[in-house]
Amino acid sequence: MAELVKLNIDGIDVQIEKGQSILDAAKKVNIRIPTLCHHEDLCVAGNCRVCVVEQEGRNTLTPSCATPAEEGMVIKTSTPKVRRARKDLMALLVSEHNTQCTTCYRSTNCELQDLAAEYNVDNNIYLSVLKEDLEIDKSSWSIEKDDSKCIRCQRCVRTCAELQHVNALAVTERGRDMKISTFMHLPMNEIVCTNCGQCITHCPTGALTERRYYDEIWEAIDDPEKHVVINTAPSVRVALGEMLGFPVGTRVTGKMVTALKKMGFDSVLDTDFSADLTIIEEANELLQRLKDALVHKKDVALPMITSCSPGWVKFIEHMYPEHLAHLSSCKSPQQMFGALTKTYYAEKKGIDPSKIISVAGMPCAAKKYEANRPEMRDSGYHDVDAGLTTREIGHMIKQSGINFLELEDSNFDSIMGESSGAGVIFGATGGVMEAALRTAYFVITGRPVPFDNLNITPVRGLKGIKETSVKFENCLPEYSFLEGVEAKFAIAHGLINARQIMDQIVAGESPYHFIEIMACPGGCIGGGGQPIPTNDEIRKKRIKAIYDEDMNKPIRMSHENPEIIKIYEDFLQKPLGEKSHHLLHTKYRKRKRY
Amino acid sequence: MSNNKLRKVDVIFSPYSVAPYEILKNTMRRPKDEVVQELIDSGLRGRGGAGFPTGLKWKFAKQQQSDQKYVICNADEGEPGTFKDRKLLVEVPRKVISGMAICAWVIGATKGYIYLRREYRYLIQDIEKELDLYHKHAAEIGLDFKIEIFLGAGAYVCGEETALIESMEGKRGEPRNKPPYPIQSGYLGKPTVVNNVETFASATMVCRIGANEYKKFGTDDQHGSKLFSISGDSPKEGVHELELGMSLEDFANEFGDGDTKAVQVGGVAGFCIPRKKFKTTIIGEGNTTGGSTMIFNSTRSMYNVLHNYLDFFSEESCGQCTPCRIGTQQLLKGIEAVKSGKKPPEYLDQLVKLSETMRLTSKCGLGQSVTNSFSSIVKNFREEMIY
Amino acid sequence: MAEVKELVNELVDKYGRERKSLLPILQGIHLERNYLSKEAMLEVAKQLDLSAAEIYGTASFYSFLDTKADGKYKIRVCKSITCEMKGKSDIIKTLEDMLKIKVGETTEGKRFSLLETNCLGLCDQGPAMLINEEYYTKLTAAKVRKILGEYIRNKY
Repeated sequence: MAELVKLNIDGIDVQIEKGQSILDAAKKVNIRIPTLCHHEDLCVAGNCRVCVVEQEGRNTLTPSCATPAEEGMVIKTSTPKVRRARKDLMALLVSEHNTQCTTCYRSTNCELQDLAAEYNVDNNIYLSVLKEDLEIDKSSWSIEKDDSKCIRCQRCVRTCAELQHVNALAVTERGRDMKISTFMHLPMNEIVCTNCGQCITHCPTGALTERRYYDEIWEAIDDPEKHVVINTAPSVRVALGEMLGFPVGTRVTGKMVTALKKMGFDSVLDTDFSADLTIIEEANELLQRLKDALVHKKDVALPMITSCSPGWVKFIEHMYPEHLAHLSSCKSPQQMFGALTKTYYAEKKGIDPSKIISVAGMPCAAKKYEANRPEMRDSGYHDVDAGLTTREIGHMIKQSGINFLELEDSNFDSIMGESSGAGVIFGATGGVMEAALRTAYFVITGRPVPFDNLNITPVRGLKGIKETSVKFENCLPEYSFLEGVEAKFAIAHGLINARQIMDQIVAGESPYHFIEIMACPGGCIGGGGQPIPTNDEIRKKRIKAIYDEDMNKPIRMSHENPEIIKIYEDFLQKPLGEKSHHLLHTKYRKRKRY
Repeated sequence: MSNNKLRKVDVIFSPYSVAPYEILKNTMRRPKDEVVQELIDSGLRGRGGAGFPTGLKWKFAKQQQSDQKYVICNADEGEPGTFKDRKLLVEVPRKVISGMAICAWVIGATKGYIYLRREYRYLIQDIEKELDLYHKHAAEIGLDFKIEIFLGAGAYVCGEETALIESMEGKRGEPRNKPPYPIQSGYLGKPTVVNNVETFASATMVCRIGANEYKKFGTDDQHGSKLFSISGDSPKEGVHELELGMSLEDFANEFGDGDTKAVQVGGVAGFCIPRKKFKTTIIGEGNTTGGSTMIFNSTRSMYNVLHNYLDFFSEESCGQCTPCRIGTQQLLKGIEAVKSGKKPPEYLDQLVKLSETMRLTSKCGLGQSVTNSFSSIVKNFREEMIY
Repeated sequence: MAEVKELVNELVDKYGRERKSLLPILQGIHLERNYLSKEAMLEVAKQLDLSAAEIYGTASFYSFLDTKADGKYKIRVCKSITCEMKGKSDIIKTLEDMLKIKVGETTEGKRFSLLETNCLGLCDQGPAMLINEEYYTKLTAAKVRKILGEYIRNKY
């Protein structure tokens, strides 16, 4: 049992574990202390200073986030001295800030704005010290960086370092010139940035936002010549409601589909369909690699690692360029969907693919960049014309004046609107692994994976690195080479965990056969395009919603999805076949590490 | 307190009448606790600016259990108007090094560093020679304590001990949250004593002459002698060793040019005292432990003086915390606005309040101390700020 | 390029690969090359397994670590209050006139850079300046002309 300390906050005695902060102790007794640089996901910085409190016996104020609670402390969180100081600090931050809130993307979802309003800060009390020569960096496909809205809390820097171990952003210069920047102030598209967008979801203001594409989408919708197709990822439906009045963890799948139709999308389809397709291709790719290794004794790269997460893909391209062979050659569900939209879908519907605008609704910032990778034009067109984040979709629904709360449900359109529960769970960390195992085990043995209700629980949850193993017994004749083999699997989410997995591989010590890696903590449900805030409590609720959706699906294994069966019959012929190879698989490139 | 007559003393700069390494050797024959108590009894406080009792710091560091401890000599003398550490390192380096060695012996450290400010790089060769000599002596007397020079790279805030440690660890020199303090978790997470150059030299002298002798200097509550870096409108610019507890009037009479208007004590982080308060002001530990005294005569514009300070602060702030980064800019822009008539004179009051917020909420001594010079100049020379 | 690599290798061998070696390594490069080039920082990042952005962030914190190529001789004139009182602005003006550049600029051919700096610790001997590692005190316009003249004549 950890040592406890007792302190007094605003007259209330609090007991808390030694090492916890005054802020933690205050939370325990429902005393709210305002914060800006503090974030549950990150280490303590103690640099914004708005969480200051009075501590008996000290003649300066104490930062509650950065000060450990100690036995006998007497704390006051709301005295005139404290309130005056906080208000002054807010006024200072505002004086350094671009206060054009009316036109800010983060307006009404901004921690600085909230606190400035709460303390009723007078914008004119101090002179503006906002730097005049600041330009918005719009070089990246995914992320816009607007220093005029930066409050230097360094949450992005800590996110990029602690959660992602990318360190693309750093604090540079000093004093009045101190800012958050990149290596030699290079633009965002020329650096090691993975576009994961975690900096965006951890930014308290509008300094870091996703590059928005919804104006282009509205234009396409209004163009009668264009056939606009949207597919939405599993994580969108379990988080979108947060922006539109529903409690965290509410599934709004049916309402989302209705809203998108009302907005004028010509077809509203489900990325889960191509998630199922990914599973078929990826499971077969894995089996092929295992066969090459075990039977043909070929030198193939094992473990194989998933490639659904474009942030992760760019990470390995920058950080481990010599180890790209471990990546599955499968495109992500988004890119498979795009390639098929302008081929299979166009053919089936009899629409000229050049008239199709293919939109992906994603929980992700990196998907925008992925859509613009030059190799993603296998349909002969731009496979995916634009990626929208969950947040952008929320904004678009608001812009359309739709009363989301009252909407009736409707189903995804067809074709490419049908999915299994396995496609759904792609959104949670461990989900791709679970989906792949459900199908792979069945393919190998002809029996369902031996877990209660198909729920492979060891791969679920928020632990940074998870592992499991499955022993193949009584294999079908075709897979007799796997008889008795105990295959080992690992799952990592958050790139700092990916790094551990990769370092193991580089050292030649990886015991695994197949690894799932997602760039974002929690997987796609915690993606860089998801509603803000995101923290572990919220991640858990979104994950629960994902698994609930899975349990509600009549079909829960990708290979049983009738639309999947049909697309192989009518179009693709066979997994890893020529058409698959052309449309559904891709190559990677080495990148520089800065 | 009565006006002490100004007394010049010669403790720290006295020639090596007893070789410092003899002092070290002799001290090491005594029980460690006795030496710590001697330092506590002497009343010696840190001579860098913060003024923490040296003996207590060593005592706490001694109590820490750790496989490794460090002793760091803070020679990042960046406070404008301070240059005594440079002189100490040039003239009596052995007293400084002995002080470090005594500290290491007391707390149980085997590794030490002199964090030398980048601007003093030209001193490196001479100090290295002295270190070679010291290492020979240490080997002879069986003291396992090695000292290296760590060269700073140009940042005033690195004089703050946790920023200094960050810098030594290869990072930006940004002050840390405290607690933990360096004596608990300092360089590389190990207990670390960081003391100023003069503090180590003074510690050596306390060990040499004893607390009782040392306490004969100064007044009842301020003991010992102190180095003052004197600059500005003075015919006697330079480093002077004086007893603590003298009145500013005596000081100005001795060192001023006969036309002294104000004295800045404690560097730009200290207070600006106008002539009318000279009689009642004692140069004591509260405001001068760093020992910078800059003298201004009647030809000087106090607006220009303050402007210079604020420009300095806004450049040398590390920039991480809100009050210091933005506050320093606001004070600078603010006095410019008042001077040019863009803001009314009353805006100065707002700025004084702001400087108080900075004192209350800044992360480290830099931001906390801006109010000292700011409010003392604005309050005492208000007219000059406006017209 | 290869040279920078060698230099960094040497410094890493001397000081070690840990983060705590970063400042000595950067200073070692600076001493040899007069600034930290992009290539040099990238090489250090690689050798110390640190991100390039962090190296840049650290270097840009310190006044004596430059990340762009400037003058072979860096003139740093102290601008702290006592040097200002003793005539810093005359010194600056003299230097500007002689070098035909303003503070913050570098002469053509990258011979001289003129900078102002915070306290050099020579307050009792102001105005003061540093030219690379040499310091000059109690400056007057005439003295500056003589000193700089020598640099221009002998050390150009």
